[in-house]
Amino acid sequence: MSIMEYNGGSVVAMVGKDCVAIASDLRLGNQALGISSNFQKIFPVTDRIFLGLPGLATDVTTLRETFRFRVNMYTIKEEREIEPETFAHLVSSTLYEPTGGFRPFIAATDLIGCLNFAKDFVVAGTASTKLYGTAEGLWEPDLDPEQLFETISQTMLNAVDRDAYSGWGVVVHVIEKDKVTTRTLKGRMD
Amino acid sequence: MATVSVYSSPGFDFSNLTRNHFLAEKGLPLPKATSTGTTIVGCVFEDGIILGADTRATEGPIVADKNCEKIHYITESIRCCGAGTAADTEFVTNLISSNMEMHALTHGRKPRVVTAMTMLKQYLFQYQGHVGAALVLGGVDSTGPNLFTIAPHGSTDKLPYVTMGSGSLAAMAVFESNWRANMSRADALQLVKDAISAGIFNDLGSGSNVDACIITANNTEMLRNVEMPNERVQKERTYLFPKGTTAWKKEDIRKLVLTEEVTPLAVEAMDTT
Amino acid sequence: MPDMVALSRQQPQERQFNPYSENGGTILAISGADFSVIAGDTRQSEGYSIQTRYAPKVFRLTDKAVLAVNGFAADGNMFVKQVRQRLEWYRHAHAKDMPLRAIARLIQTMLYARRFFPYYVYNILGGIEDDGSGAVYSFDPVGSYERESCRAAGAAQSLVQPFLDNQIYFKNQVPQPGMTHPKHLPLGTVGDGLEMFVVLAKGSPLYGLENFDGVQEMTSTHEGERIFVVRRNLKRD
Repeated sequence: MSIMEYNGGSVVAMVGKDCVAIASDLRLGNQALGISSNFQKIFPVTDRIFLGLPGLATDVTTLRETFRFRVNMYTIKEEREIEPETFAHLVSSTLYEPTGGFRPFIAATDLIGCLNFAKDFVVAGTASTKLYGTAEGLWEPDLDPEQLFETISQTMLNAVDRDAYSGWGVVVHVIEKDKVTTRTLKGRMD
Repeated sequence: MATVSVYSSPGFDFSNLTRNHFLAEKGLPLPKATSTGTTIVGCVFEDGIILGADTRATEGPIVADKNCEKIHYITESIRCCGAGTAADTEFVTNLISSNMEMHALTHGRKPRVVTAMTMLKQYLFQYQGHVGAALVLGGVDSTGPNLFTIAPHGSTDKLPYVTMGSGSLAAMAVFESNWRANMSRADALQLVKDAISAGIFNDLGSGSNVDACIITANNTEMLRNVEMPNERVQKERTYLFPKGTTAWKKEDIRKLVLTEEVTPLAVEAMDTT
Repeated sequence: MPDMVALSRQQPQERQFNPYSENGGTILAISGADFSVIAGDTRQSEGYSIQTRYAPKVFRLTDKAVLAVNGFAADGNMFVKQVRQRLEWYRHAHAKDMPLRAIARLIQTMLYARRFFPYYVYNILGGIEDDGSGAVYSFDPVGSYERESCRAAGAAQSLVQPFLDNQIYFKNQVPQPGMTHPKHLPLGTVGDGLEMFVVLAKGSPLYGLENFDGVQEMTSTHEGERIFVVRRNLKRD
């Protein structure tokens, strides 16, 4: 049992036309035992940068605070909001996972901080292989926000249904120039 | 005299087994993080160096990135291809690139390829192979064209043509049969393309596109995706879902543009008393 | 250090013979109301090397049964050979082909017979049942099996299966108001090479299969069940 599978959880982010979406499951487990069905893994960093952190829950919480601190320090020093690409490098050098953020921009890092800037989608977590399969099949370029919502939701729901360590609800954020839509999905709770 | 050591016990030695189980329980089967599968090459030609790389990044058996960049910037006329743990190659080349810039600034002249090579090998040796970067370093400086490989433990080679990564044997087969001294730029580029292609098609750890970088005394040309032999074919149908396919329970819309209404009050005349 | 030399000679060393290897690849089968599609890639690999770009793992057993085998290629080939032999014996004894559900049960007993030295193979059997319906049976290496509508197995199983759940079983999809999901999909929606066998029930329409790219008919009469094979090139990297 690797520490990455201890609490479970998965995140996926996708690019659309003038929008991006990021989705995660809501499960917190102790290996096979479900503990919580409302464990958020996606955190707002600025108005339009969202950071998804699947992995060991204690690290998820710690890192979230680390990034909050570092982004606050950056904002005070620079007197401006951090840009998604700059933030991705901040994540990379702090050594961790994926972000969805604007100029439709998504990036992921592996657990020791190797960046992956993608034109299409990025995945992470215990359901990553399943997410690769569904996303590769369902995603296509230039989806509008509504289509992107359907595509990312179906990608996530069907992937986590085949993963024992992810599931128990899904939350999706669709980020556009002028608004952020957050929806909690109806799915299997087993 | 061969006496049995007091430390050896008869029968099988299972001490490592318990240790390994203990480590495994502590979460040591380290989570996948690497990109070991790669083909990177370098070769000397009549007026410089050509570096080449494939663009596949893997996490175990999964292709994590189908078009990543493995030729890293060191200085304007020195570049470095990286194989092994992706994060390590990224960070080690970044660090050395930064140190090379500082070196150039303090000494007021262009740093040499051996300098970068020495910095890299000393850094890697310090970490005894735990920084898993296998590198092909190439560039042109005041001494002419230079080409090196640097293994993760810090040992180096200086050769006219080199390959590294899981596709190194496939690529080396091409170099061994077709490399000649003082090749022309066009011939050398074709050779590098062929060597990388051999890795892409015959090694499962390498794939997608060919990147190349031509470095001469006064020019560096980065040829990103010079060859794209593995473009994905058009899908036979689309999988768009009609609106309303996904059921949701709760919605929250956060508007980033706030509209505010300004109601002007009656304007009073300025007090001029 | 004479001590060290002596030690290394005296120490018992454990040796093990590993009779299995994993040869990669993916297989997949989908069944509809009166047809069944069985596909597999044709690459055979070990570790990072490709052994061959054309080693079929989908085999036609009878006029209405196709078997796909994935895992350890040597075991797979041997297993298919033995299944075919048993089917031939059946033909000689009963003067007809074995029905699909019987082939499925035969495969179960053959796999379980090797419970403690198993064939390192995942099997998917596709074809037409005696009642004319399309069927897919999937097996684990020791013979546990199930009839299903779709199944993927092999290296990309975890990538393909959730996609199939979504597209074949319409999992997590709410139908448009006043509509229902179809019970069976029509056939039309359904690096190396890919080989796909399509088995059509007796008297079934062609569903536009005749215009399909790279299709070839395996059966010679139009009377009974018909088998078509589609061959495609995949990316070679």
